[in-house]
Amino acid sequence: MAKVLLKGCEAIGEAAVRAGALRYFAYPITPQSEVAEYLVRRMPEVGGVFLQAESEVAASNMIFGAASTGERVFTTSSSPGISLMSEALSYIAAAELPCVFVNVVRNGPGLGGILPSQGDYLQATRGGGHGDYKLLVLAPSTVQETVEHIMLAFELADQYRNPIMVMADGLIGQMMEPVDFSAAPKPNPPDKSSWATTGAKGRKPHLIKTLFLSPQLGEEHNRKLAAKYDKMRANEVRYEAYNLDEPRKVVMVAFGTTARVCKTAVDALKKEGIEIGLFRPITLFPYPYKPLRDIAERNEMRHLLVVEMNMGQMIEDVRLATSDRKPITFYGRQGGIVPSPEEVVEEIRKLL
Amino acid sequence: MACKIIFDRPESMTETITHYCPGCTHGVIHRLVAEILDELGLRERAVGVAPVGCSVLAYNYFNCDFLEAAHGRAPAFATGLKRTRPDLIIFTYQGDGDLASIGIAEIIHAANRGEKFTTIFVNNAIYGMTGGQMAPTTLPGQVTTTSPFGRDVANVGYPMRMRELLSALRTPAYIARVAVHTPRHIIEAKKAVRKAFTYQNEGRCFSMVEFLSTCPTNWGMTPVEATQWVQDNMVPYFPLGELKTPEEEQDAD
Ligand SMILES: Cc1ncc(C[n+]2csc(CCOP(=O)(O)OP(=O)(O)O)c2C)c(N)n1
Ligand code: SF4
Ligand SMILES: [Mg+2]
Repeated sequence: MAKVLLKGCEAIGEAAVRAGALRYFAYPITPQSEVAEYLVRRMPEVGGVFLQAESEVAASNMIFGAASTGERVFTTSSSPGISLMSEALSYIAAAELPCVFVNVVRNGPGLGGILPSQGDYLQATRGGGHGDYKLLVLAPSTVQETVEHIMLAFELADQYRNPIMVMADGLIGQMMEPVDFSAAPKPNPPDKSSWATTGAKGRKPHLIKTLFLSPQLGEEHNRKLAAKYDKMRANEVRYEAYNLDEPRKVVMVAFGTTARVCKTAVDALKKEGIEIGLFRPITLFPYPYKPLRDIAERNEMRHLLVVEMNMGQMIEDVRLATSDRKPITFYGRQGGIVPSPEEVVEEIRKLL
Repeated sequence: MACKIIFDRPESMTETITHYCPGCTHGVIHRLVAEILDELGLRERAVGVAPVGCSVLAYNYFNCDFLEAAHGRAPAFATGLKRTRPDLIIFTYQGDGDLASIGIAEIIHAANRGEKFTTIFVNNAIYGMTGGQMAPTTLPGQVTTTSPFGRDVANVGYPMRMRELLSALRTPAYIARVAVHTPRHIIEAKKAVRKAFTYQNEGRCFSMVEFLSTCPTNWGMTPVEATQWVQDNMVPYFPLGELKTPEEEQDAD
């Protein structure tokens, strides 16, 4: 199929439909309301459902209820809305239900603004909601990759019975880019009849709950969840090593939109004969600690430059990955400002 | 003369003995719902949504699929379920703290959208599970652990009448208030539950049955005193009966 020109938000909606996710509940918030505006027309064409909820609290709990039927379900929101959804995320993770949450991140804290940001990194990777739970977090850097991540997210959600978060940002949500759906896998959801609550006809009742009053059962449940997160750590780490086929003196670490900017900086310096590497985590949880450590431990590697659209959040994982054995410099822009490749190049020059 | 069983456990109930306190009417309400699921043949399509409150463990007593929602969110949860699988029979079972306080937005909007599920609302004028704190339904002057001198309406407002509040919405619905403190009231209550599930089964409208229920433990009363307290104090403030049916002509504006 030919490429189609789509706005990021529309591409998110279309990708979900093609992944067979025909239940969508959401509450408007800039910069991602266009997902709902797209799906309100698209869902009826494919026999799907879109319902505008009264709040993100309600939308995320609608997802909780809908996911219990085993159907593919999802919601989209942006930072303040994700804060309200954190309650449901904790419950859904505890109940082990598959579903997809998309966060088109805007700048915060508080009402913040409507421009792109990566200020929700810690919220996405460290919880947000209460208790020992993890989301598998995918961080695309282009509209095309967002489409691929949405489709992958539904597969992973079903496989792990866990909420998956696709963390984009306001730039990806609002940008128009050509999108190719031809590589889209045919949705292949597993059989969920062993746990879905769809009426106890001819079988014992199914129960989906998160309350464990007995400390022994509570501990058992936490350990079961932890084993699942370990499995993700073992099998789902994704990253891109750009211009790192050979050891580099300076290696940047960036994800999402920022990584795309950093790539341009790498290419620009290459033209001058300066070789810089870029390490781009694609899964933010599980974080690619080992591959980053291996790169940082090369003798030639002198300096890491972490670039983010926040005050320095992923840098904590870079420090964990490298045990602070190499110097790390942080360069960040905030308030919705996307760093330019020229700015990044200037930062690199300071380190050379 | 051959013996005939005229009273038995409904198929929609399990044999588990409930954890409710002596004199608590949560159990009676469970049984009425189970009897109606049986009588209307809905058990195999039924999915219950438990609240957070004393009835959080309701799923141990119902012999149908069940889920446990977050505190107050059962109506949103049920919306997601029903919109995804309209063929199922969905009911939420919620206390007054759950429905009228933390979850008031969710119940109002679910009712206003005319979601085709049934809410069993158990109003015992108190937070039972957390040890007897004031609820939005706590009566004027009623002593609770967080209103030790009695509910002061000048400070915290009057108890909320959820039947009346939801009936004010224009969207067609079935909304009734019943009680279970005497056999006569139980018989009336069952009629309302039957109607509520029938409307849902016909895909007609949202339905809610509000039950006046006892909490002898946190009211500090014997079971007998508690039933009397329902009659003397709750019924006058929370009048019984249907307030809204989908057949009613909606007022034009
Ligand atoms: C978010 C959240 N806040 C508070 C609680 C604590 N809590 C549990 S049950 C409850 C009130 C239950 O009262 P009600 O809904 O009236 O049910 P009852 O026990 O009286 O049947 C509260 C406040 C909770 N579980 N979750
Ligand atoms: S605390 Fe009150 S509502 Fe809860 S089981 Fe006991 S009597 Fe019933
Ligand atoms: Mg109560």
